[in-house]
Amino acid sequence: MGSKNGNRKEVTFVIFRGDKGRGEFKEYRVPYQEGMVVLDAILWIQGNLEGDLAVRWNCKAAKCGSCAAEVNGKPSLMCKTRVDELKEPIKVEPMKAYPHIKDIVADTSWNMRTRRKIITKVGFRPSLKSTFLMKEEDVERGREFRKCIECGLCIDVCHVLREHQLFDKFIGPAYLVFSAYLETHPEDTINRIAWLKEEGGLMYCNITKCCTEVCPEEIHITDNAIIPLKERLADEYFDPIKMLFRKILNK
Amino acid sequence: MSVGDKYETHSVDVLVVGAGGAGLRAAIEAAKEGVEVGVVCKSLLGKAHTVMAEGGIAAALGNVDPEDNWKEHFRDTMYGGKFLNDWRFALKHAQLAPECVKELQEWGALFDRTPDGRIMQRAFGGHSWRRLVHVGDRTGLEMIRTLQDKLLSFPNVKIFQECTVIHLFKDGNAISGALAYIRETGRFIVFKTKAVLLATGGLGKIYKITSNSWEYTGSGYALAILAGAELKDMEFIQFHPTGMVWPPSVQGVLVTEAVRGEGGRLYNAKGERFMQKYDPVRLELSTRDLVARSIYTEIKEGRGTEHGGVYLDVSHLPAEQVKKKLPGMYKQFLEFAGIDITRQPMEVAPTTHYTMGGVVVDPDTQMSRVPGLFAAGETAVGLHGANRLGGNSLSDLLVFGKLAGKGAAEYASSLTKDLKIDKDELERAIKEALKPFETKDGTSPYEIHEKMKETMQNYVGIFREEKDLQKALSIIEELKNTKVKVNGNIMYNPAWHLALDLKFMLICAEAVIRCALGRKDSIGAHSRLDYPDPPKEKYNHYVWIENGELKMRKEPTPEVPDELKALLNTPPSRKWEERSGS
Ligand code: SF4
Ligand code: SF4
Ligand code: FES
Repeated sequence: MGSKNGNRKEVTFVIFRGDKGRGEFKEYRVPYQEGMVVLDAILWIQGNLEGDLAVRWNCKAAKCGSCAAEVNGKPSLMCKTRVDELKEPIKVEPMKAYPHIKDIVADTSWNMRTRRKIITKVGFRPSLKSTFLMKEEDVERGREFRKCIECGLCIDVCHVLREHQLFDKFIGPAYLVFSAYLETHPEDTINRIAWLKEEGGLMYCNITKCCTEVCPEEIHITDNAIIPLKERLADEYFDPIKMLFRKILNK
Repeated sequence: MSVGDKYETHSVDVLVVGAGGAGLRAAIEAAKEGVEVGVVCKSLLGKAHTVMAEGGIAAALGNVDPEDNWKEHFRDTMYGGKFLNDWRFALKHAQLAPECVKELQEWGALFDRTPDGRIMQRAFGGHSWRRLVHVGDRTGLEMIRTLQDKLLSFPNVKIFQECTVIHLFKDGNAISGALAYIRETGRFIVFKTKAVLLATGGLGKIYKITSNSWEYTGSGYALAILAGAELKDMEFIQFHPTGMVWPPSVQGVLVTEAVRGEGGRLYNAKGERFMQKYDPVRLELSTRDLVARSIYTEIKEGRGTEHGGVYLDVSHLPAEQVKKKLPGMYKQFLEFAGIDITRQPMEVAPTTHYTMGGVVVDPDTQMSRVPGLFAAGETAVGLHGANRLGGNSLSDLLVFGKLAGKGAAEYASSLTKDLKIDKDELERAIKEALKPFETKDGTSPYEIHEKMKETMQNYVGIFREEKDLQKALSIIEELKNTKVKVNGNIMYNPAWHLALDLKFMLICAEAVIRCALGRKDSIGAHSRLDYPDPPKEKYNHYVWIENGELKMRKEPTPEVPDELKALLNTPPSRKWEERSGS
């Protein structure tokens, strides 16, 4: 096993090659360059050894959330994971919660479908009379959730999705973050708590906090998004008086 | 196997190609008109390069400086573009930008606020007032999310992710369809459509050092010119003054102008604040072409830093302000370069950033001279002239994206006859696309791409010269005739995708070089060492394809009408500072 520090000339990678879940790990040696990140190595292999090595990336600056993969077993953005901080051989494989496409690319199309479902059912609805005068302190809470780059790392580690594959029942941490943004928007007028319970699967989350640990934007997914949503749920849904009202109003 | 097995067919009224800010804004407007809209994005939805736009959206709301208005914005834009802009675009842009920003707010965008709860605005290069609407330094992300979410609320919109358009079809003179492939499967899609709206961004990827991602291969310019449209102003490539230089892996990555907007200062290795020499009035907030040339000159004359840049410093500002207003930059330098910008200076150098030139379109409808072919955002031309002001790209794509979406939807609704796609042409286009798999002795697309990038970087950069440009032209000619070969199959094969992109990139490279050769003067982003003087008369270059060859002509820049000329009497300056007497 190689050492963990710099001064090396070459780095050994083992990369998953194959499609639709079938395939094998292949070894590659890549010349080392100062400050190198995992994505550099992947692109070097692509440009010099294996032109058809599939990888998804865009910004190369940890801002678009395209390049999520598992590096040495840890869900990471390849464009910000530095090679000199990793043990060799560096193992790169696709996110495993999602279906596989090819090599290190996973099929994340569920993300857009889920976002679209939330938007069409319980999207942002300001009042027609809104003036949109909002104080900085009113928008500050929502800002944290707006930092989400939809990388899918939190989804990759969430056991509800990864192990139990409840993709059709649970909108997952990233879209609870999105819901939290909608809920905290000062001009929003609708209550989506019931929808989050019935359709969003909010109850499936048991606050393991794995999602928060991997978020590259350092969003406090559980503490600031999920727990307040759950508290409101408990408050509104299981409050005996409100329950009674709901029964009377039949909603 | 007949090609019929290889493709699926979709019918839409308007096909929007590209899902950055311009494409999304256009698609929203077309969807609002009630037509069937298809949106093709080369990457996943929401990943387009607009997310990298950090500084802000230029719009004369006058929230911070009440003196600001569209007249001021119009003037600044025309000065910034050295009066090579088409004034009709600059006028519309300045007038419509404020309402476009307000729309974003109504759709959920959380911009930074003034103390009394309105939209906050910041200073930026070349703008006379504090004008840029922003969210810290991640304005682009906020904008993309807002637009993406609005778009997803329309049921009459189909989205095709990781899908690339490679050919346009015409029935007679008018657009009738498009051919695309899906990255995942490699299968082809034939779109039957009445209108195609190109919003594919720019062509940064023909250069080696660029802030653009792999997607920016100029496909919109190439598709348009191949379909019979004209391009204009292709010699004007904006080199953003501040890209990262170290470590090599992030070379070219953008360092937002907001750093200077917030008070960042530029120093050379000798500790001189060199902008005092080049633009003593506007200093770091001069226009981008001038700041980029100044930095380049400092480096070339031996006053650069260890890694070949200059210093950009915010350490004199309170650390809290830096972290609050520039959190993305703080993180970017800490993570990639191990530098704490609240205490240490950043190292920066110019990076290829933006294409001022593009597809010639009508200022009202955004339609090109090809009926049914529209363009918006960086893909279109008109607003920026010889140099774009920071912040004017986000407002550009909102204003003209909106107009284009409406224009395309109205055009599509007005068509009654059924449009046809020629079967033979379709067969030929598919065969051509698959050719790199059949080539026996060919060159790797990566190798050809490297060579093109080096050529453009070395010979068609910030400072240009006849012999360099001629050399670049002959290399590009040679590369055009080089056979490309790829291995593997059609499933998610980046080598194949690059091979298809290369054809477009080479067309763009040639257009840039020919315009640069033709312009024997120096203005805006185009600087000729052999012709350092500005042009005597203002003119623009137009390029098109005739019998398979690129043609070019000059035309005088449209004259600004007298009633607007009066607005252009006083040059831009940092007026809010002058007012407060600081
Ligand atoms: S805290 Fe909830 S959402 Fe996050 S990983 Fe655990 S179960 Fe999943
Ligand atoms: S919440 Fe964080 S980890 Fe999850 S998708 Fe967004 S940025 Fe990625
Ligand atoms: S490439 Fe954009 S986050 Fe890594």
